[in-house]
Amino acid sequence: MTTRTMDTVQDTRTIQLSDGADWLTVCDRALLTPGRGVAALLPDGRQVALFVDRAGRTYAIDNRDPFTGAYVLSRGLVGSAAGRPFVASPLLKQRFDLETGACLDDDEVTVPVFAVRAH
Amino acid sequence: MPVPTPPTAPTAGVPTIVVVGHGMVGQRFLEALADRGLTAAAGTARVVVLCEEPRPAYDRVRLTSYFSGRTPEELALAEPDFMARHGIELRVGDPAESVDRQARTVTARSGETFSYDTLVLATGSYPFVPPVPGKDAEGCFVYRTVEDLLAIEEYAKGATTGAVVGGGLLGLEAAGALKGLGLATHVVEFAPRLMPVQVDEGGGAALLRTIEDMGLSVHTGVGTQEITADDDGRVTGMSLSDGSSLATDLVVFSAGVRPRDQLARDCGLAVGPRGGIVVDEQCRTSDGDVFAIGECALASDGRVYGLVAPGYEMAQVAAGVIAGQAGAFTGADLSTKLKLLGVDVASFGDAHGAAEGCLDVVYADSRSGVYKKLVIGRDGTLLGGVLVGDADQYGTLRPMTGRVLPVAPEQLVLPAGAGAPVALGPSSLPDEAVICSCHNVSKGAICEHTTLPEVKKCTKAGTGCGSCLKVIGQLLPQPEDQGLCGCFAYTRTELYEIVRTLGVTTYAGLLDSHGRDTARGGDGCEVCKPTVGSIIASLAPTVGASGYVLDGEQAALQDTNDHFLANLQRNGSYSIVPRIPGGEITPEKLIVIGEVARDFGLYTKITGGQRIDLFGARVDQLPLIWTRLVDAGFESGHAYGKSLRTVKSCVGSTWCRYGVQDSVKMAIDLELRYRGLRSPHKLKSAVSGCARECAEARGKDFGIIATAQGWNLYVGGNGGATPRHADLLAQDLSDAELVRLVDRFLMFYIRTADRLERTSTWLDRIEGGLEHVRDVVVHDSLGLCDELERLMADHVAGYRDEWAETVNDPERLRRFVTFVNAPDAPDPSVKFVPERDQVKPDLDILAGPVLAVRTLEGTPS
Repeated sequence: MTTRTMDTVQDTRTIQLSDGADWLTVCDRALLTPGRGVAALLPDGRQVALFVDRAGRTYAIDNRDPFTGAYVLSRGLVGSAAGRPFVASPLLKQRFDLETGACLDDDEVTVPVFAVRAH
Repeated sequence: MPVPTPPTAPTAGVPTIVVVGHGMVGQRFLEALADRGLTAAAGTARVVVLCEEPRPAYDRVRLTSYFSGRTPEELALAEPDFMARHGIELRVGDPAESVDRQARTVTARSGETFSYDTLVLATGSYPFVPPVPGKDAEGCFVYRTVEDLLAIEEYAKGATTGAVVGGGLLGLEAAGALKGLGLATHVVEFAPRLMPVQVDEGGGAALLRTIEDMGLSVHTGVGTQEITADDDGRVTGMSLSDGSSLATDLVVFSAGVRPRDQLARDCGLAVGPRGGIVVDEQCRTSDGDVFAIGECALASDGRVYGLVAPGYEMAQVAAGVIAGQAGAFTGADLSTKLKLLGVDVASFGDAHGAAEGCLDVVYADSRSGVYKKLVIGRDGTLLGGVLVGDADQYGTLRPMTGRVLPVAPEQLVLPAGAGAPVALGPSSLPDEAVICSCHNVSKGAICEHTTLPEVKKCTKAGTGCGSCLKVIGQLLPQPEDQGLCGCFAYTRTELYEIVRTLGVTTYAGLLDSHGRDTARGGDGCEVCKPTVGSIIASLAPTVGASGYVLDGEQAALQDTNDHFLANLQRNGSYSIVPRIPGGEITPEKLIVIGEVARDFGLYTKITGGQRIDLFGARVDQLPLIWTRLVDAGFESGHAYGKSLRTVKSCVGSTWCRYGVQDSVKMAIDLELRYRGLRSPHKLKSAVSGCARECAEARGKDFGIIATAQGWNLYVGGNGGATPRHADLLAQDLSDAELVRLVDRFLMFYIRTADRLERTSTWLDRIEGGLEHVRDVVVHDSLGLCDELERLMADHVAGYRDEWAETVNDPERLRRFVTFVNAPDAPDPSVKFVPERDQVKPDLDILAGPVLAVRTLEGTPS
């Protein structure tokens, strides 16, 4: 009935996160939908929000929305403004730069960013 | 002249201005000095401010908003760096104790003495407490400062009943605060009506009814004779002049204010016989080096002004005079508009009709608590007026005061929808009409600017009480770029037409072909993604896109609610609302909902739309819960979507002895027809079985009321923050005629409304309003009706239940995990604590940046 759009060549890479020292394999690259995020759990209990944009670039920031305390940033919508990628919190819609973690709507707020790669 | 300056002053050689009092007017005076370059930072004056309260000036007018969640810091008037930037020496919590006018010094409570060249008294006023026995008992308060509020809030914790002495403006504010603190609240007013200064008898009566409807007990025409207390000296009640008594735990005196002129009296300045420091038109006291401004001053017209706007004007005049400019304060307009306990109250000009030979034009609707009176002079000039319950016209009427109205006055007081109401637009105002009365800014001055921030910055208009903001918005040029967002230069309506006529089926396709140049190829934004997603979903069967909201690219366009087909709550959990068409449900289905809620530990609450909301589900629980609900025959209720929510109904002619049609059946038919219809905003509906209107259909986007002949269709109703009664679109329709008309109406709305624009605002916005919509959907003036009906037929034929499709597709279920790398680990941040035999979110767990949780190694995988 409906056809899912699939890349003709299956992407077999994995997504890896770094918590400072080692690279941690999180999931298959193919599990990420462009423009949408997923959450990952680090060994120390921290939560990371992972995103991939239309161009296939990956980003990782802390999953906690600092304005509400809820761990939901992975469920926000990804967009770009002036060429910079951001995610808008699904709760109160503040936007965070995916590369720096800086909140675009409040100069004083930043969320941690993590190193991420497709490998 | 010799300038005595303390050796430590950084500004030796310049005159010293000492300001006594840092309230709203004091702060305004400092801003006026800074505007004129009279500051230490500019090297022209040393400015010292002695402030009695422990905090800098705050917005006393909005004091009550502290109880609705504002912090004292949010009420602060000056920007945090204002004093430092201008080199102003603000001494908080150090009031002036005495003035020696011969030596020209002021001594503060701290013992420090300041020499002045110019002294400005802005000491404000103090609450008047009538000299009744027992007025000092524990539990008696006044309502003036943040500290008063904090004390009332603390004492109210041990109280159940509160009484306010005084039914004026501040008294009602205080009563609202007590009610907000959960106290049974009484208002005792000596005059025969509430707000005797501002409103007339009719207005007072409308106000009284509305306020009593809110659950406050009002006692007018009685005085307070004594406050009674128990053996510990704590308030127990009050006895009134009519011989009755009132049991209360707490008393707030709000019986007016008196000018604080003691400091002036002590140093021999002239004061009025009933108080107030005598000043001339330049705000100078009887000593040429001493000024008095605001509520402590007795102005040259013989009045003490207890409103902030005249105080601001005095501050401007005094600062100008000190800077060597001309200026005079000769009196002020006492116009006010405020929202008391949620009721709009406004009065302006000659509100009581004191002018000789003047005539009243009155509209009163005691059922809805609306009272409007315009006072018209013999020659047709608008002299003043009173507006209670609906003061929307204040912004345009007040500036028209003193002029002949361009339309018949009775047309201005009629409510919208009755007869031919006339909206008096701000374009009809002359340039010199004062728009912002707080800051005395004319229309001409506002029209010199092009944006609201610029207007606020350059003229201060709109920064006082804010009642003129709407009019200012209408005066400013509308922005030329009507585009939806930074990605699209088209409006939602235009994008809808592009998608429909070109058959666009993907967001990326639309962005790359019709986005702004800078946005093409990018990722869009949080505004246009859901909007375009909704347009494509609305037209899905017609343009050939997949109607399932989680398919392919559509999945990335939806807000999280649509993405997980549930409503995100504050702690990251979701709530679930199964569809219950028309609010009719079998006992078996009720039992299933109860069992599911019990088995998953969900909090349950009946919604306003005759459904049941189940709160507290984790993402990973959603498919498990829905599998059970789908098995029992439930469908998605789309509570998460910008789409049809519910069609409420009363029980109708099958059971009710008054019912004239089967409202339940019609509600079910309509709900099943329009379920899943994606629209610019949510859609609500209701069907009432007779004119008693128990289903509240006129508060809905489309509401249907039964008549003996068929159905009346009303459109554009709304509840919420801006309630609006729906307008009659057509009457005495058969079942088939009704459905056809609703089809057309909804599709025309979806086609032409803006993003997040409810039918009520849409109807008010579009050119021609209701008449135009009626022409299009009833008389088919644009020849669109066939197409509108066809679009709806496509929708009805294409509808599928999103949750049934989801739980039956393993691929789609994969997204319902909290962690991509630990699919079986529940979200450790979603926890609950008990509350009234159910659960509520544990918010403490969210407070810190680090979550104490099981680590990955400790979770089952």
